[in-house]
Amino acid sequence: MVENVKELLKAHEGITHEVYLDNENSTAVPKDVVDAMLPYYNQRAYGNPTLTHKPGWEAFEVIMKSAQKISKFLGAKILEEITFTPGETEANNLALMGAAFANKHKGKKIVISEIEPINVLHVTELLQKFGFTTTKIPVDREGFLNLEKLKEAVDKETVLASIATANNEIGTIQPVKEAIDIVKDKNPDALFHTDASDAYGRIPLNVQDLKVDLATVSSYKILGPRGIGALYVKEGVNVDKILEGQIGTQKLWPGVENTPLIVGFTKASELAFQDFAANVKRMSMLRDKLADGIFAELSDLRFNGPKGDKRVPDNANISILRCEGEALTIELSLKGVYVSSGSACSRRLLQPSHVLVAIGRRFSEAHGSILMKTTRYHTEEDITYVLNVLPSAVNRIRGIVGSTGVD
Amino acid sequence: MSRVPLPYTQKVLDLFRNPKNLGKMEDATVVAVSGNPACGDMITFYLKISDQEIIEKASFESYGCAANIATASIVTEMVKGLSLESAWEDVTWKKVTEEVGGLPSVKFHCGVLAVGAVKRAIRKYYEQRGSAPSWLPKELTFEEKQALEEEELAKTLAKRLHVAEEK
Repeated sequence: MVENVKELLKAHEGITHEVYLDNENSTAVPKDVVDAMLPYYNQRAYGNPTLTHKPGWEAFEVIMKSAQKISKFLGAKILEEITFTPGETEANNLALMGAAFANKHKGKKIVISEIEPINVLHVTELLQKFGFTTTKIPVDREGFLNLEKLKEAVDKETVLASIATANNEIGTIQPVKEAIDIVKDKNPDALFHTDASDAYGRIPLNVQDLKVDLATVSSYKILGPRGIGALYVKEGVNVDKILEGQIGTQKLWPGVENTPLIVGFTKASELAFQDFAANVKRMSMLRDKLADGIFAELSDLRFNGPKGDKRVPDNANISILRCEGEALTIELSLKGVYVSSGSACSRRLLQPSHVLVAIGRRFSEAHGSILMKTTRYHTEEDITYVLNVLPSAVNRIRGIVGSTGVD
Repeated sequence: MSRVPLPYTQKVLDLFRNPKNLGKMEDATVVAVSGNPACGDMITFYLKISDQEIIEKASFESYGCAANIATASIVTEMVKGLSLESAWEDVTWKKVTEEVGGLPSVKFHCGVLAVGAVKRAIRKYYEQRGSAPSWLPKELTFEEKQALEEEELAKTLAKRLHVAEEK
């Protein structure tokens, strides 16, 4: 199989321009961030932060300073409310499992939305084995949570609600404040977690203003290195750790702290927040140019998720009818444009994106969807290049579909 | 969303980029479809069959991934010039997979679907004529059953998830 990849890569030779838009699934890490990380591998602070020597104390210092900065960006009260984890998946696992186990005496009902990230869906499935039940709140055609249904679902047995601040696939910004008020009004003891990974660095976010109990953020979603994220746990909220091991500076996550990744995540956060308004404006300008351009060039499209200020600035998700998504991602790759698709084509189970299904898209609309996320590092020339190659790529795939496609 | 790595072979990529025998055939003797747009996996086969029951021409259209396109295309190549009996007996999904240099296991069903469509076309040809040769089994073959199963699965899933029916 590895030999095949060699040939696939060879097929990309001669590409004149590359535009990476699959920032949902992984990102390139900017040089500034890498440069900030490198000294922490072998020049300083490479010690274990719990040990009594200079490299250890250096590590302790930089980790605490990093937690302080992240806590400020999130609007947390104290740095101890921040736990670094190896990523969004782990932070969400810790939030849901840890909060459910620590508070199971209060009730065993969990409330989430139908469009939560896969890891949240899977954790709630796992928690069923421990006697927890989950209610999934439906969303409307733009992905907004049905607050009436949320109100109906929460009762005295509810231990935890988890609603992402912004959806990772269709960019919908949820009315999290209202949702928290509804949950707390019906059950002041119920905890509220939000996966804020797709909101962090994109929309104003303040955990104290929101009165949220737990919040997840992820490094690579803001162009930091992969393998690091954080969970905010409000002071006084009980969460059990979910992994066993040597406890260091963080009581909720065992193992040796990864100082360079923590530094990289912090640097990426600083860059995202240092020109926050300008960054947001740039992402949304490029995203609009991209989406509007695609709609100008092609017909039979659906724009997935809301438009305007209820959508995060970087996300464009478009269903291209009579065009299969996986085939399109390959066709675009051969032209240097990298996107992902909500197609289920590589699965025998035939299940396309659960988010697109939840907002009422038909399966074929989900199979033909592409997801693109702009960053402040894209240029207008990048977008122009995409708009130059995308229509012919779509038309070639539609040509293969011919009369076989529907819609 | 799936996250299965898919290192396609050179042959799959070549057939994806330059599919052979692509397109609707106006003078087709028989047309058959397998799969469903809901699966993200659908193939239409066009066969031109001579009076001597030889497949003179074969073409396809595909709503599907690169493996779907490649297997459909290779099947049109494989059946061209064959008698209906040889096409029925010799073109199996395993041979199709071999012909494209192998497929990731999650993509085996693409080859199965392509062969299922050819078998449906052959069956349909004899149904249209109102006679069936002795070599044509009454029971559905593995590939035909799989195609049927995939189509049913899509319907069941759509119903369970309350997805609007495909037009």
